[in-house]
Amino acid sequence: MTYAFDKLDEEKVFKDPVHRYIHVRERLIWELIGTAEFQRLRRIRQLGTTYLTFHGAEHSRFSHSLGVYEITRRIIDVFEDHPDWEDGERLLCLCAALLHDVGHGPFSHSFEKVFNTDHEAYTQAIILGDTEINHVLKKVSADFPEKVADVIGKTYKNKLIISMISSQIDADRMDYLLRDAYYTGVSYGHFDLERIWRVMRPRDDQVVIKYSGMHAVEDYIMSRYQMYWQVYFHPVTRSAEVILRKILHRAKSLYHNGYAFRYPPGLLVPLFKESMTLSEYVRLDESVILYYFQVWQEEEDPILSDLCRRFTNRRLFKYVEFTPSNYQIYADLREAFKEAGLDPDYYLVVDSSSDLPYDFYRPGEEGERLPIHLLMPDNSLKELSRESDVVEAISGKKRTDHKLYYPADFIHDLTTHRSAKERIQSLLQ
Amino acid sequence: MLEDHAKVMTLLQSAGEIIGRKKLQKIIYILQKLNYPFQEKFQFHFYGPYSEELTLKIEELCNLSFVNEVREDKGGYHQYRYQLTHEGEDFLKNYDIHMPELDTYIQSLNEESSRFLELVSTLLYFDNLSEQEVIDKVKIVKQKQNYQDEEIRHGLDYIQQLKRNNLQ
Repeated sequence: MTYAFDKLDEEKVFKDPVHRYIHVRERLIWELIGTAEFQRLRRIRQLGTTYLTFHGAEHSRFSHSLGVYEITRRIIDVFEDHPDWEDGERLLCLCAALLHDVGHGPFSHSFEKVFNTDHEAYTQAIILGDTEINHVLKKVSADFPEKVADVIGKTYKNKLIISMISSQIDADRMDYLLRDAYYTGVSYGHFDLERIWRVMRPRDDQVVIKYSGMHAVEDYIMSRYQMYWQVYFHPVTRSAEVILRKILHRAKSLYHNGYAFRYPPGLLVPLFKESMTLSEYVRLDESVILYYFQVWQEEEDPILSDLCRRFTNRRLFKYVEFTPSNYQIYADLREAFKEAGLDPDYYLVVDSSSDLPYDFYRPGEEGERLPIHLLMPDNSLKELSRESDVVEAISGKKRTDHKLYYPADFIHDLTTHRSAKERIQSLLQ
Repeated sequence: MLEDHAKVMTLLQSAGEIIGRKKLQKIIYILQKLNYPFQEKFQFHFYGPYSEELTLKIEELCNLSFVNEVREDKGGYHQYRYQLTHEGEDFLKNYDIHMPELDTYIQSLNEESSRFLELVSTLLYFDNLSEQEVIDKVKIVKQKQNYQDEEIRHGLDYIQQLKRNNLQ
């Protein structure tokens, strides 16, 4: 028997709070889970800094990746025997589901913004490079790693497989919405997952939804909408992200200016130089980053030590709603901050909704992204928002926002720059 | 503040008007590949390179009244036209965005169809592959668009022309 079809002697199960059990029968999947690169995902939180707002949100990309694998496995069970489904693609689909996030770094989104890294590119590199994951995948066939990388990169020939892992209603989103709702403890974010996978159908090169399942999908879209505004875009989480980004900017800037760190950045130097090898990248996780933040509280540089204290002890920036068209207010604030001895590059930060790595449902106008299609009783396809008033209502005019973050405690404690303090307080009102 | 938004606004100022969301996306991706400093992250989607971040930025610019979006009913589908507004022009005066020769590129790209720009951006997405591998890849990932050999050849020549101009 070839390795691709090699089953474990006994099925392995993982207890999971979202799916109850995650079932593994294939030796390939079991060995992939055991690789160093996959185990690293245990040390990377799924929601980055959200745990500073919702203390339960400590779940990892490891549990999410297992969840995406499990949902995909169950969808495939529904697709089997359907004429548009090729059973030969099953294992490929499961591997892509399991490994789709393996390239995420610690606090991924902030890292990518500061260091110009790309977790998708690292996912490809881990699958195709000299790694334990690559060695396991190659046991199936020499070209199997490339196929898995193509599915995750959305460039594989069979687009149906891609749409199961990555589309506007895919295993990835369905798992993270339910998982994030569970761990944050919020009461929205729930929908009937089983109902949705039971009404999913393969149709040519995409997954479509039987018309009878429209209301279950409406729930999914609503939960996505609510989670974005209530959890993912939470202003306190964004404050923590702002500080995290500023720490990384400061450390990088100090490194390039020859600052003598009391606690040298060691593992981060390749990042600062923007010349990181794959093995250096996979050594990074959130425990490494939090270690540096912990010790850098004792650095002599006042900005770096202050920002690290803020992040570690949750002394976050306050915020006000901000309209960027009031550019003069922003320019005046920058001047007043400088006068007060506060560097505005680190202590006056505008954060916009487009800075966040989440999206809304889009009805796919002008071929931007493939929308969710309903399979109508007459076998035709219709875009979801054309049939659902609920979805149409929330996929119309988009809400966006901009916030101005600043250290309210510093402003409050200003004693030697009274006029600057008064001007700042007046401008921030 | 909003420097990346200002770059998109500079592009619209230079173009005068861009018709079509897909066209706007592909133009910015192509310019990014020519080393213009657009920072938006693109991923490969059904219709080629696409940036959700860019879509959100455009929505923000529309909500701030810096960019005007006009939706036109084309019978069966909608098309969108984008222009910088007077408020956008005023806001842009706060920035000094340096993008040399942008006008020349924008004019050329804006004259092309969105179908052709989808092909060009897809060819550029795979620019780490050899020419034959790129052609094979495009035929796999763009089966539905059914690009003919002459079109692909024209796309590759167009990219060479863009890169030559970029070096001059």
